[in-house]
Amino acid sequence: MAAVDGLQFQEFDDAENLLGANRDATTISIGDPNEKPTNQRRSLGNSPREEDDDLLGNADSDKTELLAGQRKSAAFWTFEYYQKFFDVDTYQVLDRIKGSVLPLPGKNFVRLYIRSNPDLYGPFWICATLVFAIAISGNISNFLVHLGQPQYHYMPEFRKVTIAATAIYSYAWLVPLALWGFLMWRNSKVMNIVSYSFLEIVCVYGYSLFIYIPAAILWIIPIEWVRWITILVAMCLSGSVLVITFWPAVRDDNRRIAIATISAIIILHALLAVGCKAYFFDAPQIEVPGVSGSIASGNRTVTAVKTH
Amino acid sequence: MAEVDEASKPLLRDLKAVGKKFGHVMYPKKSTTLLRDWDLWGPLLLCVTLALMLQGGSADSKEDGGPQFAEVFVIIWFGSVIITLNSKLLGGTISFFQSLCVLGYCILPLTVAMIVCRLVLLGGTGTASFIVRFIVVVASFGWSTFASTAFLADSQPPNRKALVVYPVFLFYFVISWMIVTFSPSHSDGTTDTGP
Repeated sequence: MAAVDGLQFQEFDDAENLLGANRDATTISIGDPNEKPTNQRRSLGNSPREEDDDLLGNADSDKTELLAGQRKSAAFWTFEYYQKFFDVDTYQVLDRIKGSVLPLPGKNFVRLYIRSNPDLYGPFWICATLVFAIAISGNISNFLVHLGQPQYHYMPEFRKVTIAATAIYSYAWLVPLALWGFLMWRNSKVMNIVSYSFLEIVCVYGYSLFIYIPAAILWIIPIEWVRWITILVAMCLSGSVLVITFWPAVRDDNRRIAIATISAIIILHALLAVGCKAYFFDAPQIEVPGVSGSIASGNRTVTAVKTH
Repeated sequence: MAEVDEASKPLLRDLKAVGKKFGHVMYPKKSTTLLRDWDLWGPLLLCVTLALMLQGGSADSKEDGGPQFAEVFVIIWFGSVIITLNSKLLGGTISFFQSLCVLGYCILPLTVAMIVCRLVLLGGTGTASFIVRFIVVVASFGWSTFASTAFLADSQPPNRKALVVYPVFLFYFVISWMIVTFSPSHSDGTTDTGP
């Protein structure tokens, strides 16, 4: 930096030269964004430089807010309106998935990865994959558990896919809606620095469900403690991403309300995992031996009577 | 007889077009025939065939955990529509019906696999038959995905090809799963424990 010398007018170097001296400096550039090369790292989705930004990305969000305002002009019944929610490239989606399973303390998922470009691609297809992963893994797991038993006849249990789909998509849409409504309501009472739009919350929740896909595949292993450890690990990882994301939005509020909100988020997340495990992976063990066991014993008594 | 000949000419022409597209799917190379002259008769025929064969000969269809005819139909068409919408939202240049046409025609290898599975199941339901069926279905799943990607790839923006291909992969995976887990009529289970 050039030294201040009394009241003499000082020539300051160009932004490029200053930045060359100190590459990690945060710069705010006013002017045509296309001119200067330093602005390239501000453009949406330029991932290698993301770590340089501060926690809230304030310097960035002003410009992206302006740009986002320009994009919102399409009416909601036109195709273009929905196209802007799919404005992501492959590496962006992969980055967001990686960010949802690796919670870094101090790195806010929404500010770091979403950056005012929430997408619906990730949440929708992650939920779809999760639905089929749970249904198929549950099916395989039941098949493996009952492999030696002659009474058990393999059934694809296709009904369960619809139930899984309803449960998971409801979670992915209704919980963010409730949370967003709650945060908006608290926002009107207490001035919060950080507030999220509805789509950003949907985005966070959608990507946070990703960890359950490998967990569902691991649930095929019919050992109880393996399943519980898998649930715990998955919940810790994605739950902490959610907590790190939403803590800044409630911390300015009444202490008890903040803690209650965070606890509700974690409990709902846990309920989804445990509920899926209980319904898709455990229940038929109780049902099938009871039903077909009584039929089998009925057959045996009939044949026993016949032979006598 | 002259009227029958006259009436059957467009029908034969359509059947030939459908048959030609089947050939293109079985030997996929980058050609625009499927895209240019799209039609939905082929996909409809394949979808109905697959759904009928997935019904099976089970006597007590109410307790059958397998998919009903309407469910298979809905999955295939609804899934194709969703994938088409997805690719258009991501910025693809393909038209709606062209994409439906490609996705529907590329179910052909899986339909062939279903026929083979039914034939294998006539011979028995043991582990060997399962392994054979599994290999056949995996091969045709790969074939279907590869064929549809070959036809759809050019119309997608370059940074998003993986984003468009993944739902296609999931779609054919689910159909393959339905084919692999197809089990025949349930009367076998109880008669095995007979005296």
